[in-house]
Amino acid sequence: MVENAKDVKEFNVVVIGVGGQGLLTLAGIISEAALKQGYDVKMSELHGLSQRGGSVACQIRFGEKIYSSLIKPGRADLIIALEPLEALRAAKFASEKKTTIIINTHKTKPVSVMVSNEKYPSLEAVKKELKDFVKDAIDTDATEIAIKATGTPVTANIYMLGIASARGLIPIEKAMLLESIKETVPEKYFEMNKKIFEVAK
Amino acid sequence: MHKVLLGKSGKKVLLLGNEAIVRGALEAGVQFASTYPGTPASEIGDTFSRIAKDAGIYFEYSTNEKVAFEAAAGAAFSGLRSMVSFKHFGLNVASDSVSPVAYVGVEGGMVVVFADDPSGWSSAQSEQDSRCYAKFVHMPMLEPSNSQECIDFVKIAFNLSEKFKIPVFIRLTTRVNHTRGVVTLSRSVKGDRKAKFVKDLEKYNNLPPKIIKMHADISKKIENIRSEVSEKSELNRVVNNDVSGELGVITSGVSFNYVMDALDELNIKLPVLKLGITYPLPKKKIGEFLKKLKSVIVVEELEPFLEKEIQAIAKDANPTLKIFGKYEKAEKRGGEKLFPIAGEYTPKLVLIALAKAANKKLDFDYDGHMEKYNKLQIARRFPVLCPGCPHRTTFYAVKKAAGEDAVIGGDIGCYMLGVFPPFETLDFILSMGAGLGVAHGIKKAGLTTKEGKRKVVAYVGDSTFFHAGIPALINMVFNKSNVLVIALDNRITAMTGFQPHPGTGKTGLGEPTEQIKIEDIARACGVKNVKVVDPYNIKDMMSTVKEFLEKDEVSVIVAKRQCYLLEYRAKRRKGIETPIFEIVDELTDAEKKAIVEFGCPAYYIDEEGKMQIDKSMCWGCASCVQLVGQGKIKPMEK
Repeated sequence: MVENAKDVKEFNVVVIGVGGQGLLTLAGIISEAALKQGYDVKMSELHGLSQRGGSVACQIRFGEKIYSSLIKPGRADLIIALEPLEALRAAKFASEKKTTIIINTHKTKPVSVMVSNEKYPSLEAVKKELKDFVKDAIDTDATEIAIKATGTPVTANIYMLGIASARGLIPIEKAMLLESIKETVPEKYFEMNKKIFEVAK
Repeated sequence: MHKVLLGKSGKKVLLLGNEAIVRGALEAGVQFASTYPGTPASEIGDTFSRIAKDAGIYFEYSTNEKVAFEAAAGAAFSGLRSMVSFKHFGLNVASDSVSPVAYVGVEGGMVVVFADDPSGWSSAQSEQDSRCYAKFVHMPMLEPSNSQECIDFVKIAFNLSEKFKIPVFIRLTTRVNHTRGVVTLSRSVKGDRKAKFVKDLEKYNNLPPKIIKMHADISKKIENIRSEVSEKSELNRVVNNDVSGELGVITSGVSFNYVMDALDELNIKLPVLKLGITYPLPKKKIGEFLKKLKSVIVVEELEPFLEKEIQAIAKDANPTLKIFGKYEKAEKRGGEKLFPIAGEYTPKLVLIALAKAANKKLDFDYDGHMEKYNKLQIARRFPVLCPGCPHRTTFYAVKKAAGEDAVIGGDIGCYMLGVFPPFETLDFILSMGAGLGVAHGIKKAGLTTKEGKRKVVAYVGDSTFFHAGIPALINMVFNKSNVLVIALDNRITAMTGFQPHPGTGKTGLGEPTEQIKIEDIARACGVKNVKVVDPYNIKDMMSTVKEFLEKDEVSVIVAKRQCYLLEYRAKRRKGIETPIFEIVDELTDAEKKAIVEFGCPAYYIDEEGKMQIDKSMCWGCASCVQLVGQGKIKPMEK
């Protein structure tokens, strides 16, 4: 699928969700795999205050030569959103010309909805709003699928990476991604992660 | 094995900027490292903590940045290479000792790493630009742009420090600290120096009148570093040197990356003077660069630190030069203000400014895109205390017991989140330990009026208490205050990533040590009313707060319970299941109100308007059970 990785001048990935969903792990896996593929890589992550249940966006850029780790508005090639509200927040990075977004439909409602009467949009509303921002949107109940297949919701992120890989949405060979998963997750969980990665279509 | 310990020379790996700083220190043969944790610099210390034993070096989490700096200075006085790291505010704390150490100088190389945080991603106090410290204390300063440079610059800094016998700053910003990038590893050098402090009163005595000579000497040292290092070093180099044109760029640190990205997107080449040593600046080199240009754009975040110097250099080197930047005087000279002083730079901001200066059109309507995006209504997701956080029950109880009128001082740590809804319970948050100090002032200021009757409470975290709370507490006792101090003792420095502190019972090397108790210190400071309360016990907390607020002297409540995130993680690791709670009986309006005021993120209102507990979010702490009638919230049956 990836014939000549070196031909990719730059590829921009946003991994977005809520602190605690394994975003840093997923972003790390993609970055390490990109390095294996021979790309120059930069990955931006934020620690500290930004992590306590807040919105977290990791940005990964890889290609021939990458300077900044930050993706400009409208310049993402792929967005992996682990939560629908955060998918909407990621619209900033998206463009109708080239962005594909993969959305986990499992909702995590922010406390603001309960305590300050802010509105949590319906999935339909999120998808409708996103239409103006992306080229393609794929939604999946990754959390439910992960629970069914592996008994835990934490593998939802790997399942979503599996979708990106299976559909050729990321210019990194599947073998590189798997190797990177193997090096990242604890050994006893590798088979489980491999399984959910390969189940994805 | 941690990647920073890899022996393979020439291997390419991905390292976080903070990890690369540690790798650079290892490649330079560092033997002593100290820190007080503070984001965005925390992972420097954490990486040292993880690898110090294997690498055969000493590492400690010190009680605060001043002590950390002094410890590293002691090691450098004894001939070892030492590194101290902290966030920008840490440099404020350390600064009292930084200046005299710069004066007396060091034997072993000493590198002082600090991290600024433009836009305050993890900083509550201010958006300070700490580069001015270099000028202020006369210490050289290097600014890497990426992880590879973090390694390279640290090694250069150690050599520079040793050659000129002066501590050297490495200045980072959040986006360098927290960006992962590809680095090529070189050989690690195992430091094997034997420490020896050599007595030398002539060298270490900095009393007046010698201080005047020392001041003159350090100024001369800086001039030598300017001519011998800064003017000659490849760290200050022109990128695209072969390009001649009317417009040039001067930049440093993370902004360099945005400039290179922008040139790429605009498909133009401009000469770029990249400054890796930003103090002392290579004035001649800058002058030579400016001479060839008609205009220059200065790209730096926060204060016009470089731009002011460039203005001055241009006066002689190129008086008609137009300068594009952020300093008022830019406009007077036919240039333009293209950048704000406040806020972090973004690739988009730099791109638009460069396009303007270079008179180029953009092929994407960024402003139009952002306008469209900003029209979206997206519910905020502000950071919250974790499920089971003992601070939540404390906030809830104290708010109820102290009443709306009480003045409540906040401080630095996870409990800053008490400023957000539903608590909104902190009247001010300033700096480490300031909750106590300012609360005391408020109490004293109102003493002769009705204001003096007002209840004043000061929160302080456990690590913060050891860091800067103790002098403020002693001051209250000494000066007869009656503030109620509530120490939120969750046994760890939680916000920055679970570093041990003097109350934890473990050092940064993982060795067991004395557990210093806040309640013992409070009593030793002369506080008469001291009580340790389990914060999960809302009733006990409320009655203690009410009792202590009636006292005429200082009181201290130690709300002691381990950080629940740590406890929960430990349980999961051990395979211990935690119950998941559910609402089994109709809640009254008052009970629902209490739950909302409690603000646990596991609660939500479902589509039918019914209050529910999210199964994936409940960590089984059971603290919410106290808010409702008996049996209404119960663990789910398996």
